[in-house]
Parts: sequence; structure tokens; C-alpha cells
Amino acid sequence: MFSTEQACWFIRKVICWRAVASIAWAVLLLPPITAVFVILSRFSLLHPIHTTSECLSLLTSTSAIFSFILLGGVVVMVGFLNLEYYTVIPTIACSKIALFGQLLHPRQFVNSLVHCMMGLIVAWCCTVTTGDRYEMLSYVCVQSDGSSQMCLNEYHLVFLLAGAFVGFSHSLLGVIHNMNYVSFHTVQQYKYLRFKGSLPLVVKCSATQALYSIRNFIVVYFFLGHIPRAWISKTLNLHLNSSVHTLDSIAGLLDLSLLYQLWISATFLLFTWYITLLLFRIFVTEVYSFPVQSSFTEDAHLCLPKVLTDKQPMILKFLAMQDLALLSQRSPSRRCEVFSLSQPGGHPHNWNAISQECLSLLTDLTQRLVVYHDTVATNGRAKSLSAGSERKTSSETSVTSGTEDLMSPRPSVLMKTPASVFARSVVGGPQSPLTAPFTPDLDSPFASPALRRLTAPVEQCSPWYGTVQSPHIMRRAPKLWSTSTDSQGNGSPLSAASVHTSKQETSQPSLLAQFLQNRKEQVKNFLAKRVLIMYLFHKLPEASSQALFADSQAHIWALEGLSYLVQASFSEDQFGVVQTTLPSILSCMLVLQEAVDRHFKLPHASSKPVRSTSSMGDSTYKTLRFALRATLKTAIYRITTTFGDHLNAVQVSAEHRKRLQQFLEYKE
Amino acid sequence: MCSLALFPPPMPPGHTTLCESNNELLSGAGAEDRPKQESSPLSLYFPRESLKLHSRTESSSKAAFLDHSETLWMRSAAAWRDGGFTGLLTEITNSHTEVPKWLSVSSGCTLALLRWISSFHGSLFPHLTLSSEDMIAEFSQVLNWSDCVVRAFAWHPHTDKFAVALLDDSIKIYNPKSATTPTLKHRLQKGVAAVQWKPLCASALAVACQNCLLVWHVDPCSLSTRPSSGCAQVLSRPGHSPVTSIAWSPSGSLLVSASPIDTAVIVWDVAAESCVPLQRLGGGGITFLSWSPDGSYILASTPSALFRVWETRMWTCERWPCVKGRCQSGCWSPDGSRLLFTVQGETVIYALTFADSPGISVSSAAGPQVAAVVADLSETTFNTPDGDIIIGGEIQCLAWDPRGERLAVLIQGDPQAAGRPAIIAVFKTRTNPIFELLPCGFVQGEAGSEPRLMQFHPNFQHGALLTVCWSTGKITHVPFYFLSAAAPPFGLSGSPLLPCPQERPSALTNQSLFTEFIS
Repeated sequence: MFSTEQACWFIRKVICWRAVASIAWAVLLLPPITAVFVILSRFSLLHPIHTTSECLSLLTSTSAIFSFILLGGVVVMVGFLNLEYYTVIPTIACSKIALFGQLLHPRQFVNSLVHCMMGLIVAWCCTVTTGDRYEMLSYVCVQSDGSSQMCLNEYHLVFLLAGAFVGFSHSLLGVIHNMNYVSFHTVQQYKYLRFKGSLPLVVKCSATQALYSIRNFIVVYFFLGHIPRAWISKTLNLHLNSSVHTLDSIAGLLDLSLLYQLWISATFLLFTWYITLLLFRIFVTEVYSFPVQSSFTEDAHLCLPKVLTDKQPMILKFLAMQDLALLSQRSPSRRCEVFSLSQPGGHPHNWNAISQECLSLLTDLTQRLVVYHDTVATNGRAKSLSAGSERKTSSETSVTSGTEDLMSPRPSVLMKTPASVFARSVVGGPQSPLTAPFTPDLDSPFASPALRRLTAPVEQCSPWYGTVQSPHIMRRAPKLWSTSTDSQGNGSPLSAASVHTSKQETSQPSLLAQFLQNRKEQVKNFLAKRVLIMYLFHKLPEASSQALFADSQAHIWALEGLSYLVQASFSEDQFGVVQTTLPSILSCMLVLQEAVDRHFKLPHASSKPVRSTSSMGDSTYKTLRFALRATLKTAIYRITTTFGDHLNAVQVSAEHRKRLQQFLEYKE
Repeated sequence: MCSLALFPPPMPPGHTTLCESNNELLSGAGAEDRPKQESSPLSLYFPRESLKLHSRTESSSKAAFLDHSETLWMRSAAAWRDGGFTGLLTEITNSHTEVPKWLSVSSGCTLALLRWISSFHGSLFPHLTLSSEDMIAEFSQVLNWSDCVVRAFAWHPHTDKFAVALLDDSIKIYNPKSATTPTLKHRLQKGVAAVQWKPLCASALAVACQNCLLVWHVDPCSLSTRPSSGCAQVLSRPGHSPVTSIAWSPSGSLLVSASPIDTAVIVWDVAAESCVPLQRLGGGGITFLSWSPDGSYILASTPSALFRVWETRMWTCERWPCVKGRCQSGCWSPDGSRLLFTVQGETVIYALTFADSPGISVSSAAGPQVAAVVADLSETTFNTPDGDIIIGGEIQCLAWDPRGERLAVLIQGDPQAAGRPAIIAVFKTRTNPIFELLPCGFVQGEAGSEPRLMQFHPNFQHGALLTVCWSTGKITHVPFYFLSAAAPPFGLSGSPLLPCPQERPSALTNQSLFTEFIS
């Protein structure tokens, strides 16, 4: 992730320290949270004074201090996992199978395991602080024949298992709700105020989430509880006390005190973890002010124009874009530096670098939208066989890569060439030939190669890698070649080759291939009717739209930054450096506007997602496309309103001039 | 300090103010001697009789149906659904014959306790006991809101179109350049307290309703006269109704909304439908919001004798306790450096100056320490041929024209007493070398009509244009023709906002693109 030395400085010097500060605050907040938890779990209305003194003595006891150190360790670990797993571009699963792939990814598996362990530890600490009958795993019981022996304390066991279960489900829900996604707020508040403002939400979320988790746990324990109980009692050579109810019976589980204790412990567990997550988000998204230019050449890589063009890490890029958007709005002195000329030579290097980067971002998005729209449009019309088969060849990647692309950043060159498609089908092992032909949703735009390649880099944290046009052309290349020969025949060898070998791709258009193709169609049609397969492979509505705009926060800032700078240039740009790029900025925005408008005419693109309020997962990414559309329009209006009729003097194409006229008349 | 005694006496009744020209207000007795203007925006008349009002009352239609016996469980569930926790308790208490005695007694006690607590809370903040209609009427900028035919009015910030919210909960959009007048109706659009167009956008209109906030997207090119309710975004948040005031940020990116029962100012990101509450304790709610034209400050007044000024960089606020009553209205100078506000129970206009330029970090020490009185509008008797007219009193709302040259003040008057009408007083304002208000005159309507609501046109080329909505349902426009003394509002704060591109077109045609024409 931190490949180059230059990108590394930011992670080392800023992000790490921010993470450390957030963890430190989380650890510092632990004692008051624990005290509240102890009071809530032990308090009884009948003996208020007695329980208060008991709580005080408990909090100062050695075991409490030991468990407190353990809890601190858990919080540090959670903070570390946050730092390791966070992302500013969410991973959006486009079908259920991709989601399962995410859940079963090895990296995710490690995460779940660690969370499970930590849940166990926290639950153990909870049993210690709750005391009473939950405290020890074994106790001395008297059997019916009078002999005394060590028996298994099932309450303790239930507590531990519940902790592990809650930790595990927390990590699973984290994947489903994209809890590792860090979003940036439009309203910049001080950290303390942001924390204070989000605290009620965190309390609410952890309480409800704990309730659901405990409910699920009880169901699981009711059916499967005898397995761990038997195993533990066998390994530790403990007996089961036959005189008390076992807890996986209805009578055993209808113990209100037990349920309350479980719920309050799960709330405590989730609350500490959520607080850590919240603090991490607040610290890491704090505005960072980059210098626009430096007087020392060795600091040039710390400056905004240089930082903006960096590909990695994404957080650096996002913070730089945010800083650009803010400086263009609020800080006349820094804008002045942007418009300034280099001292010897008199070139507007700062402005050129910044505007070029913003424009290339926007062009990139435009291309992505155009390609997506093209794929969807061709799918909507009559499908030629060649197009269909071409889609199939790539569907291996589309399905399997969903599982593996997520975390491990492979070199994206792999995804660029058509050969990589076949390479994957071989590398992918037994899984890919199985899944590939069985994708029933041929109409799904996500099975299409061109798009797949475009979204794959998005999920790979490098959406700005390379130019966008090249893969598009490369993808078209076999198609062009194929039209020269028989169009029906050349589709099949591609697909046949994809299933069998990677080498025979240009070989004979034979009857065998045709036969195989037909077989495959039959199998696919057969499977498409099966409910489970349909369920797994059916494309989730609007997920493709969300995936297209997953990184659009950067585009929004680019639009804001550009438009505010252009607006300010009307009165502040002394040397006219903005004037030279004004036509390209305008045409870039107008082209993007057209592409966005066309995209929103697609089905599902303009449907609003359901807002979930009681979840810690940030769902900002679901509405990014609407935010982008609004920002784009506002940005164009900002420029047209500032310049007014002067825009008629700007060189743009006739079509764009007509569009600009619409904006000047406020008819968009 | 300026006072009403310096004003020219008002016209005799029957004379309506037509315009300001050559530094004096001209009036005419009827509509016929109105001077012809080439670009006069359309005047409208909404007779009260033409509006179809709701005969339905606010309560549910339960009474229309026959009563039939349900089980206690069903009734309790229904009560829980309809009335929440208190509804459930009331239901249990009322059906004391069916439930165990201890349950009905305990729920009755709980209910009494809840009522006592809420009445205690209500005695701290008396406005909480009002119904939501009354609350809007109390805190609205419109004079006598509940009886008003035109309940809200908004000019589009860039073009000549405007939106009018009427008594029958519909909103009409008038555009002189188009023949269609779209009518906006929505199930949730009730009790409209304010409307405002989004800046830097042609289509978005925010509407503050009784239960939620609506953002309409009205396509200016569409020929439809009844846009479907699918064009409206519903923004709601529990505990944030009725919404009495809204304000768009001048850059068009954010929308803030306020409710008298919610202590938080809600900052909406409308496109993403997400919100950030800015919670501060004290005050008991937020009644009125006003965003400064340069976007750096927001005035937020509360129902108590306290208002806050938020700065929008890091969203911190300054507290401004008032001596007497709550802050009723306020307006910002075009460069955002000066705030004029009025306090309920007082007849003066205060001014606050924010000396530090927006852009440098704001600390409360750098801000002003005390508000200065700039105008006294206490009752003044004018001797006219038709008898004495008493003018003056509490101020309902303030409006400052976008160039900062005219200030309109809507004075409440006394509806009971004869000869003390509600009236609009207009001041000339000057900011250089010192800030001062000079008398200009009174704006009057036809006999028997009183002003309810007023707004300046955001970019009138020949001076200022005041739009007044009258109690009779008329909307008229009063132009003030003058040559602007100050430079046009370009580059005042480093980020020019709402520049008027058509301003002085003849002077600009022979100038090249990037020359500065402002010193």
C-alpha cells in the first residue's frame, strides 16, 4: 500500500499520528464507560447504597484493574484494525455472490477471527465485573449421590460464547454495511463538537445492535448450545450439574436477569468498539492544510500541486482535494498563490498542475459513464452473438474478481489487457470455470468486460490509474478483428477458449465449439430457473450505479475547487492564468453534465436508497451520485453567473455554446 | 440615530405608493395614473374567495365512524400507534373497568407526572404549549400569518420568477417569460411558513412545512402545470417540526432549517439527504434563520431572549443575550459585515458590526461587544388633513435591498385601534464613511389593506424593487429608482456572490473579459 517513499511521508507523519491520537482518546474514555457499565450491570433498586459501595470497591480491586488492562488492549487492537482496514472508497458488492465472496475473503476471515477473540476477552472481563454466578467457569456441586465434584458453570460459558458471537457478527455486519468506509463531512466542525454530536447515535446504535445480536445468539444457542457445552465439559473434565436447568432449554433461557446481563454486556462491548471507530473517523478525516507552494525545492513533494497528482495513498489524495475545495472557497491569500506565476520563467505551474489534475479526474468520470452507458445500451438492443460471448469471457473475472480484488491490490495492468481475462480463468482455480458460464444475468451490465475493468480499479483503490480510453479501445480490438471474419463463428472460439485453455483463443471456429456453446447456453438456462442461483447471481439494483460513483467525493471536490477558483479569478487573477484553461474547463463540465444526465435516465440510477439511521455504517456513498449531480450543476452556474455575457467571448464548440446559453438563461 | 419624526408624513388613505423617483416617493390615487414601465413585473391578486380551503380539521376522522367494541389489546395497540406512550397511558387510564386496578392507577399517576413535567418545561419555555399552527403564526416573519392569503413569497435569486405560497397550501410559480404557472401541491405541504429558491440553481425550491421540509425540483422548461409530488424531496427529522425558517447558503450547497421546538439548527446536504444537527442548549428552540449574503455568518434567533450568530467555517457560535425579548427579525448587509436586528417588545433597530473580514478565523473577542441602536421607531403622531395618524411600534420584519441602499421595515401597528395601521417604513442606508439611516418614506397600499410580507428583488437593475404582499391578497411591486452610490457588490469579500451580470450592460460592452472595472 505504501509503495513509494514520497507517498509514505503522509501515512507516517499524519495518518499514523491521527490514528494513535484516536486510540489514545478511546483508551482514555474507557474508565468512565466501564464505570457506567459496572453500575448498570450491578445496580439494584432495593439496595442503592450497598450496590454503590460494592461497585466502588470492585472498580479498585486487582481483578478489575487486570480486566481493565485487557480491555485497553482490546481497544488498541480495534483501533489498529480500523487503521488497517479503513478505506475512503467503499467496496460495493454488485450481487449476493460478490458479497459472499467478500465475507469469505481470507483477509476478512482474519478480521472476523480477531474480532471473535476480542469479543471473548471482553465477555470474560464482563463476567469478572458482573461477578456473582457468572464469574467462574467451574464450581463445586453436590451430585444426587452426595459426592461433590467440579461442575461446569453454564452461565459463564454462555457469556463467553455470546461475546464471541457478538464480535463475529460485528465483523460480518461491518462488511455488509461498509463500516470500514470513512466518509468526509460537508460541515467542518471541531473534533470535540463532532464527537459530542455523534455520541447519542453511537449509544442508540450499540444498544439496538446488541439487542439484535443477543437475540440471534440465543436462537443459535438454543439449537446448537449443547455442542460447545459438551466439548468444554469433556476437555476440561467438568461435569454437568443435573439438578439445574440447562440453558439451551426454554425454561433456562427465560431468565430475565441473564438476558439483561447479556444485553448490557453486548452493548458495552459494541459501544467501546464503536467509540473507537467514531474517534478514528473523526481524527482521520480532519482537514489537513497543504502548502500551495514552498520556497524550498526539497519540500516540493509536500505541496498541493504535487500531492494532488499522487495516486497512492487514497486518503492523501482525498484530503488534498478537500483542502483544494476549501482553499478555493475561503482563503484569498492561498488562492493568490494558486494564480501566481513561477519566479524565473513566469509560468503558472501551480494553476496548471491543479487544473490539469481536476480536469483529468472529471474526464475520467465522463469516460467511465460513457462506457457504462454504451454497455447498457447495447445490452438493451438485440444482442449479437459475438457481443454475448465476449461478455461471457469476462464474466469469470466479474464474478471471481469480486471476491479477490477487494483487499489485495494486484497490479492493475493485469486487468487492462484482454489476456488477463483468460489468465484469471486459469489462475482462479476450480471456482471460475464453475461460476463463469452460470451467470444468468447476461443483461447485467456488470457482466460486461469494459465496465468490469472500469469498476475493478475502483475497488482497487486506484481509479485514476492510466487513461481510460485505452482499455476501451483494447476491448474493442478483438471485436473489430472479428467482424472481418464470420461474425457468428468468431464468438464461440473466444468463449470456448476461455473455459478450456488460455492459449487457443485465436484457433478454429469449429463445430465442437459451437456445440459447446449451445450446451453452455442450455446449462445456463436450466440454472437460471433455479431460485438459489438466481438469488446469488441476481444483480442488486442500483449497486452498479453506486459502484460507478463510489469515489465521487473526489470529483465533487474537484468541481467545487475548479468552479470557486474560476469564480475568484474574475477579480483576483492578475495575470489571466485561468483564462487559458477556461474553455477546457467549461467543455469538460458540460460533457460531464451530459453524461450524468444520460446516466440518470437509466433504470435504478435515480431511485433513492433507503436511509438507515440506526447503523454505524456510513451510507454516504449511496447518495454520492445525487450529490455529484447537484454539485456539477451548481459549479456550472457559478461560472456562468460570475462571467455572464463575457462567456460569449470564450472559445467553445457551437453545441456547448448552446448549452451555456441555457445556463445563462437559467433554463437548466 | 434616525427616528420616525424625521419622516415625511404619510399620504392620505386611498393613495398608494407607486415608486421612488428623484429622491421622493410618488403616490397615486388609483391604478390608472400608474406610470407605464417597460419592465414592470406582474402584479397579482388572489381574492380570498377564490381559494378553496380545507374544511377538514386537524384531528383524525375517527368521529365519523361508528364506535364498536374492540379488545383492550387492540385499543392499546391503536393508541400506541396513534398517540405514542402518552396515548397508551391515556387509553389504559380510561378503560379502568377492564384492566386491573393497579395498572390503571399507576398509568394515571405516570400520566399526571408526565403532564406535570411537561407543564414545568412549558413554563420555562411557554411557546412549547402552542399548537404547531399557532407556533408558526407566532414566529413567522409574516404579519398575522394564520389569516394571510399569501403566506410566503420568494424571488428567484437570479431571474425574474417568484414563488407564492397561498392559504390553501398550494404554491404557484410565476415567470414573466413563460405562460405556464406551475402549481405545486403535496400531501405533506401544509402550513407553509417560508419558501426559498436555491441559489445557483434554476429549479430547486425549498419549502418549510408544518411537519417536514420539502425541496421541489421544478423544471423551468417543463410545460406541466401540476408537477407531480415525485418532483419533491421530503426532508424530515423526528422532533424537528414545525419548520418555521429556512435558509440556503449563498453558494447553494447547504440548507439550514429551524424549528421552535428543536434546539438544534439542522444543516442539510439536500442532494445527499443527510443532515448534521448543530445542537446548543438554551433558548428552547430556533425560530428564525438568516444567512449573510457572503456566506460566512448565520443569525439564529431563539424563542427566549437570546440569539446566536454562527460562523460557517468551523460552525461555532456566539451567544447574544437580549435584555427584553426574543430577536424577532434580522437582516445582513450585502457584504455580510453588518447585522441589523429587532427585538420583540422594543421599537428600535440594533446594529452589530463584524469588523473582521470573513476569511480570517473568527474569535469572539474580535467580534463586536455590544449592539448599537441605529433607529428609533417609537410611536409618532403625524398631523394630516384627515386627522392624526399614529405610526410606530414593534417591528415585524426587516428587509435590506441587495445593494445595501434601502432598508424596509414592517411596523406592526395596532389592529384594534383606528389610525394605527401596520405600515412599511423605508430608510435610505449609507455605509460610508459611517453607517447611518436616513428617512425615505412610507409605503402604503389601497385603503383597508395592510402589508403582511415584503421582499426585495435580488437583482433589479435600476435601483431596488420592493415586493409587498397585502392583506387583501394583492401582490404589488414598488420600484425605487436611484443610481447606486457604492460600487456594485463585486469582490467585496474576496468571493463575489450574486453578482448581477446584467448590471449596467452598456458600460460593460466595450470592456474586455478580464479587466477589473472595480477599484
